[in-house]
Amino acid sequence: MPAPPALRLRGVVKRFGEITAVDGLDLDVQEGTCVGLLGPNGAGKSTTMKMLTAQAMADAGEIQVLGFEVPRDSKQARALCGVTPQLDNLDVELTARQNLAVFARLYRVPRHERHAAVDRALQIANLTDRADTPVDKLSGGMRRRLLIARALVHRPRLLLLDEPTVGLDPQVRQELWALIDALRTEGTSILMSTHYIEEAERLADTVSIMASGRVVARGRPADLVLEHAGRETLEVYGPPARLAEVRESAEAAGHRVRQTGTAVAILRAENANGTLPDGIARAATLEDVFVLLTGEEVE
Amino acid sequence: MSAVAAETRGRLRRRLRRLEPAAITGVMSRDVTNFLTYWKATTFSSVLDPTIYLLAFGLGLGTIIAAVEGMEYVQYVGTGMVATAILFSSAFGAMYGVFVKHRFQRTYDAILAAPVSVEELVTAEVAWLGLRAGVYGATPLLVTMIFGLDPAPGMLLVPLIGAVTGFGFAGFGVFAAAAVSKIDHFNYIQSALLTPLFLVSGTFFPIDQLPQGAQIASNFNPLYHCVELVRHAVFGFESVDLFHIGVLIGFAFAMWRLAIWRMEKRLIE
Repeated sequence: MPAPPALRLRGVVKRFGEITAVDGLDLDVQEGTCVGLLGPNGAGKSTTMKMLTAQAMADAGEIQVLGFEVPRDSKQARALCGVTPQLDNLDVELTARQNLAVFARLYRVPRHERHAAVDRALQIANLTDRADTPVDKLSGGMRRRLLIARALVHRPRLLLLDEPTVGLDPQVRQELWALIDALRTEGTSILMSTHYIEEAERLADTVSIMASGRVVARGRPADLVLEHAGRETLEVYGPPARLAEVRESAEAAGHRVRQTGTAVAILRAENANGTLPDGIARAATLEDVFVLLTGEEVE
Repeated sequence: MSAVAAETRGRLRRRLRRLEPAAITGVMSRDVTNFLTYWKATTFSSVLDPTIYLLAFGLGLGTIIAAVEGMEYVQYVGTGMVATAILFSSAFGAMYGVFVKHRFQRTYDAILAAPVSVEELVTAEVAWLGLRAGVYGATPLLVTMIFGLDPAPGMLLVPLIGAVTGFGFAGFGVFAAAAVSKIDHFNYIQSALLTPLFLVSGTFFPIDQLPQGAQIASNFNPLYHCVELVRHAVFGFESVDLFHIGVLIGFAFAMWRLAIWRMEKRLIE
């Protein structure tokens, strides 16, 4: 009998009054893989994350977490999951160690193992020498690492990361990526929602692109790029009037085109046979796919 | 699935019932850890407040009013203030504490992502505030002893009476915190409900001076039953105290369930 997937969603729907936040979502995370849930703000990523821990109730569809039916057996599932929320909700008056100790209890780490579990989590977060510092004296990056460590104190089998690096400096982001990558290498299953393309590209084995509450494409990042954006993208720079012209003629020739601030990017430039204007050719990226499929420009 | 994983799942299925002690004590351990960072401030005001009240009432009103119901006025007020201390510690602690933890600090989002249900979360919060109110409810009594109140064995039951009353008012506070949309709305609850409750509870003057309608109404005031019980614990129990404790237990149970119901609506989308 094959192992059940770490996560399995089928036809999940969530409405808030008139608004349908999640609209027939199918999603799988195989054991030991990292899946990136990539989508613009408002695509339904956070609502999806909340449904996985039964903090939001689906109106329709099936959710299984580590083989447990959610919401019916959600408590059992949550005991084996770690959750890092998008917004910092640490206890700011408590020290790093105290924050971890409280959650070691909440996650039912047996009493005689708690001390070692907290030490191990501090080590993962690289906070051993700041263990007794109150959280409000820690830097933003340290708090974020502590937030992830708190989700790991009971050695979960599935880690749910909701926008793990939102609002952080590039350098701190790199640090966290290294941390998440190490967890994935150790075999923890991970679902990570993000609206940062690079984050998904670097960390995720497979990416599901979400728009308006459903998955519009899924696959390995490289495959998605090849399938939806081709191999090469041509970026043409110029004054606005010229760009409008370029766009029109490229679209007439059957190319997908996107505006990237000061330039026009023409996709599948490899098929053009010299009909396109001069510009800078570059490899197609996941960002091209993202913009193409979600219709949203990247921040 | 491996045998180990299957075994783990089987064990978890059996172990994770409704209202698990491990979940409740886990949430309470968070409260205790936080409390240890601010206990000095809380204890300071819980000792100083009744001292100031007793000085004011004892030296001020006490010179006009010699005795009430056979007690020195300062002892009458001192024993009555136990209920006030319980009310303030539990109801306000729950209203403001829960509102801040839920809406500003998002603590409950973190706790509910762990294997803890809303029912366990609310039970733990209310139980902790009830225990705390039981302890702080005893401080006015200790202060009144400095003002000449004689110790009595019944006083040992005062923390228990305080905990039951505090559990009820903490439940009410959690319910209020879940029901209001803005923190400023607590002003309505405080002025329109809690202040009348504590003034017409027999803390500062006996209820039986009031019109009959108000006397009947005060039977619906849990604080009145608490005041009566505490005075009787100090000066001698009566058979009517079984009725008083019954009302307080009923109030605590009703508020506990009400708090869970409203918090579930608030916390689960």
